[in-house]
Amino acid sequence: MAEKTLVQGIHDGLRTALGQYEEVVVLGEDVGKNGGVFRATEGLWEEFGDERVIDTPLAEAGIVGAAIGMAVNGLRPVAEIQFMGFIYPAFEQIVTHAARLRTRTQGQYPASLVIRAPYGGGIRAPELHSDSTESLFVHTPGLKVVVPSTPADAKGLLLASIRDPDPVIYLEPMKIYRSFREEVPEGWYEVPIGKARKVREGDDVTLITWGAMVPVAQRAARSCAERGISCEVLDLRSLYPLDEEAVIASVKKTGRAVIIHEAPKTAGMGAELAARIHELAFLWMEAPVERVTGYDVPVPMFALEDEFLPSPGRIEAAVRKVIHF
Amino acid sequence: MFKLMDRVDRQHILPDGDLSSEGREVWGKLSKNRKLDFYRWMIRVRTFDRRAVILQRQGRIGTYAPLEGQEAAQVGSALALSEEDWIFPSYREHGVAMIAGMPLTKILLYWMGRVEGNLAPTGVRLLPPYVPIATQMPQAMGAAWASRLKRESSIAVAYFGDGATSEGDFHEACNFAGVFRLPVIFLCQNNHYAISVPFTRQSAVPTVAERAAAYNIRGIRVDGNDVLAVYTAMEEAVSCARNGEGATLIEAVTYRKGAHTTADDATRYREPAEVEEWVRNRDPIFRLEKLLKTEGLLTEAEIREWEEHCAEKVEQAVKEAESSLAPPADHLFAHVYETLPPELRRQQAELSQEGKQDG
Repeated sequence: MAEKTLVQGIHDGLRTALGQYEEVVVLGEDVGKNGGVFRATEGLWEEFGDERVIDTPLAEAGIVGAAIGMAVNGLRPVAEIQFMGFIYPAFEQIVTHAARLRTRTQGQYPASLVIRAPYGGGIRAPELHSDSTESLFVHTPGLKVVVPSTPADAKGLLLASIRDPDPVIYLEPMKIYRSFREEVPEGWYEVPIGKARKVREGDDVTLITWGAMVPVAQRAARSCAERGISCEVLDLRSLYPLDEEAVIASVKKTGRAVIIHEAPKTAGMGAELAARIHELAFLWMEAPVERVTGYDVPVPMFALEDEFLPSPGRIEAAVRKVIHF
Repeated sequence: MFKLMDRVDRQHILPDGDLSSEGREVWGKLSKNRKLDFYRWMIRVRTFDRRAVILQRQGRIGTYAPLEGQEAAQVGSALALSEEDWIFPSYREHGVAMIAGMPLTKILLYWMGRVEGNLAPTGVRLLPPYVPIATQMPQAMGAAWASRLKRESSIAVAYFGDGATSEGDFHEACNFAGVFRLPVIFLCQNNHYAISVPFTRQSAVPTVAERAAAYNIRGIRVDGNDVLAVYTAMEEAVSCARNGEGATLIEAVTYRKGAHTTADDATRYREPAEVEEWVRNRDPIFRLEKLLKTEGLLTEAEIREWEEHCAEKVEQAVKEAESSLAPPADHLFAHVYETLPPELRRQQAELSQEGKQDG
């Protein structure tokens, strides 16, 4: 087994899928000769050719629309949108068609496809490259939304997404594309969609998060531990469907929850999680659920992105609040 | 406005039922069956359409998008396709749907608000009506692309109206099709109005077809009320697509005689004289009927017999649709995902629990 970064895990997943199924095609801007702006598709064009790894015109609706048509006609497309901040031209194709084609055709055309998009802040990217609007897609029935936070999960979740019969939005946390390496198994394996990962065992409070916020929550958990507060950290991995069982089991054990996400607070995933905890674990809770999120402001240019993004300090403050409630 | 028609690239059957010299040659090569097929399908389509408008007025179906006036554009184009070809229609393509093999009952069910009306029989490669304008175009392009990548001979067609040519999806689909020389046909029924907005407000260039040049795909503008012109243009486009010669943008110049939908009042935005001109002098069925009669291929008795037959078929479909029971409430959850996620299973259980309490 080789040690790989998260983006290499994605690359490995794409290469494995292209090698395994001839129906799989990768399409998007700069995914071919250039190997992707983050090198997620490096060498795949050379290995699988121009008909399997396709540089398209710069047109997001065209890319996703084409992918839907390909899926209808029996291919298994993996479309790349270069940054989540640029996904909106394709929003109609995703929300109106990819998400609903299965229902509208009563199962005849399920639009089995994957849309990959790097998302989130923290890499000092140019303006409008750092959105995390996962809630828009979680709020759209018919879609699945997944976010890996480790190299091995990146590959396993991608392969699960590619084989999944439903359309999957696969969000890639750019900030941690290369932040650490771990062993990534060879060959085909899947991380099931809809299953959270317990990152850290704890008793006093549950930190619920995903993507690039997982290491931030871990840092907060370590620093809380030094002060005698034991945090459990859950990496959701799948935002829809949600691993409700894992969330509820954990908060019933700890009685306290802090939800951390980059996206703005109002109507973010944190709101759904808080509501779900309220509905299913109210009597077990020792304190109201806290949310540590991006503010309800447009994602800022990078000079202020550290102030915008949740920090270990803000998470620790929220933990103290639920502990001392 | 009327000048537009003078600039078509192809007209075989003239509005008065005479053949142009080119038309005479094309017509001569067709079998009697094919000639009568054009006619039979157009009558079938018109009969259905008129009945559907009445059904809406009687409150028996919901808002309906009538197509009367566009029969030739739909019949001529759809008859040039093969079973293996993919069709991505807009919401006015009942005629195309019928020819593709969609039962009349299903088409009625769709307008009765029933999702089953979207489901084509096995082997019929017809997608449901695309309601948001032009969104079917990139998908047809993608389906055509898949055929090419799989080395299959099938092609794909997107049907849309003149309003769709203003959408970004029109541009993106045409552009991809040109760049990759995809086996796709973009069939625009230019009926002059997008609800109330005339084509001059959609486009500063006077035709849709000339935009093809910008994408290096073939473009042709035909008299869309001339079934033979549409048919031959489509045949050529199909053959180009199948032979690896890429995409074609066909502009079929036509006119919807009625309103955009049964919820629209077209007298608010169209001059009576203009409507009169199209209805009286440019009807797609009139000219073919006259030609067939002149050629001795069709008698008054046969016309009446066929019209009665079509009316019966439509009545049969109406009965069938009206006696078809709506699915139970928990059908809401069917087919949203292949396997229902836990939260949806719970919502489904809540709904069926509610049903029991109400009952």
